[in-house]
Amino acid sequence: MASLKDIKKRIVSVKNTQQITKAMKMVAAAKLRRAQDAAVSARPYAEKLQSVMSNLAQREDGDGHALLNQRGTGRALIVLMTADRGLCGGFNANVSKEAERFILNNEHGFDDIDLMIIGRRGRDFLKNRVGEHITKVHEDITSGATYKTAQLIGQEVVDAYSDEKYDAVYVIYNAFKSAIEQIVTVEPVLPIQPQEAEEVIEDSVDYIYEPNRGEVLSQLLPKMVEVQIFRALLESNASEQGARMSSMDSASRNAADMINKLTLQYNRARQAAITKELMEIISGAESIK
Amino acid sequence: MAEKLKLEMVTPYKRVLSEEVDELTAPGFVGELGLLPGHTPLLTTLKVGELTYKNGNEVFHIAVNWGYLEVEDNTVTVLVDTAETADEIDLARAKAALGRAEDALKTLSHEDKKYVVMEAALQRALIRIQVAGKSH
Repeated sequence: MASLKDIKKRIVSVKNTQQITKAMKMVAAAKLRRAQDAAVSARPYAEKLQSVMSNLAQREDGDGHALLNQRGTGRALIVLMTADRGLCGGFNANVSKEAERFILNNEHGFDDIDLMIIGRRGRDFLKNRVGEHITKVHEDITSGATYKTAQLIGQEVVDAYSDEKYDAVYVIYNAFKSAIEQIVTVEPVLPIQPQEAEEVIEDSVDYIYEPNRGEVLSQLLPKMVEVQIFRALLESNASEQGARMSSMDSASRNAADMINKLTLQYNRARQAAITKELMEIISGAESIK
Repeated sequence: MAEKLKLEMVTPYKRVLSEEVDELTAPGFVGELGLLPGHTPLLTTLKVGELTYKNGNEVFHIAVNWGYLEVEDNTVTVLVDTAETADEIDLARAKAALGRAEDALKTLSHEDKKYVVMEAALQRALIRIQVAGKSH
């Protein structure tokens, strides 16, 4: 049986760990609120853009913009969004595994699939599994993701697509459902699938387009990509904080359980030691008589 | 004139404005663009510039970055990358940016990729300074 001192030491160390996980939980909770706010306030923009796009698509008789063309199954690019830091449960592993599955199964039958990873954790996870597919890694951008960041990534993706380096682009990220639930989502980004408008507007008043429809479209489409990436970044960030919060919460609870158990063990050992001592004293006194 | 335009302005970060206005002037891609209630449906891209709207006797100025504008049924939807009202603009910073852009432009050639970037930065700074000057 472990000595009293050993048990005491373990209790102290578990308590320290608990303190850290508790602090991390609080931090994650505060960050989650901020991330959620950001995700919510980005929504109107995305929605408006979406509605304008579907409006456009409705009147569009497909004058084939490059970003709308289905080019078949040549090379594909996956933009994978993970976190830079760990300790957030299955957050990184889930989404990375999905990317791995995507590459290995290759359900769409692409000739080749490249992987652009956002976040250190995804890289660490996939380096030894599908390392040869990784073409680019962005680090240290997830926590303070601004629209500018999304714009840069968006432009990179659009440029590569326009140069016909890739024939399809997907994003894989954790969509934010609630603080304790994240959904791994695979979303096609390019070519842009024009959404079928729910209801066809009767009085098809033609818009005046300035400078002209083609120009408007070619400016709007890259925007769509940027917005989609921006939204995914924000959602991923919110999910990360949520995942970290809940996993740190359960870690704190596990630590509390462990402390209880150890304290019980400690008390038992202490009592046993006292009893033993008493017995020795009594039997010692007995033998003198 | 009872009719008003409903103006909605959103950026990726937030909904900036949602109010009724009497008239609106926006920096359209092909030129300055004035909108009054009852305008026919229109979709245009915007360039860096100053958006002005009038509500009663009050006039408001907003510096906008690239974006676009849609008019339909007396509703004007403006989606822009950034939108700053006069009192949100940091004049000192805008002036510094202006100086930087001017210096950079002197050294760059027209073919340089960065030339376009710096030119855009120059324009943004100019507009910011212009709008900030109109705050009262």
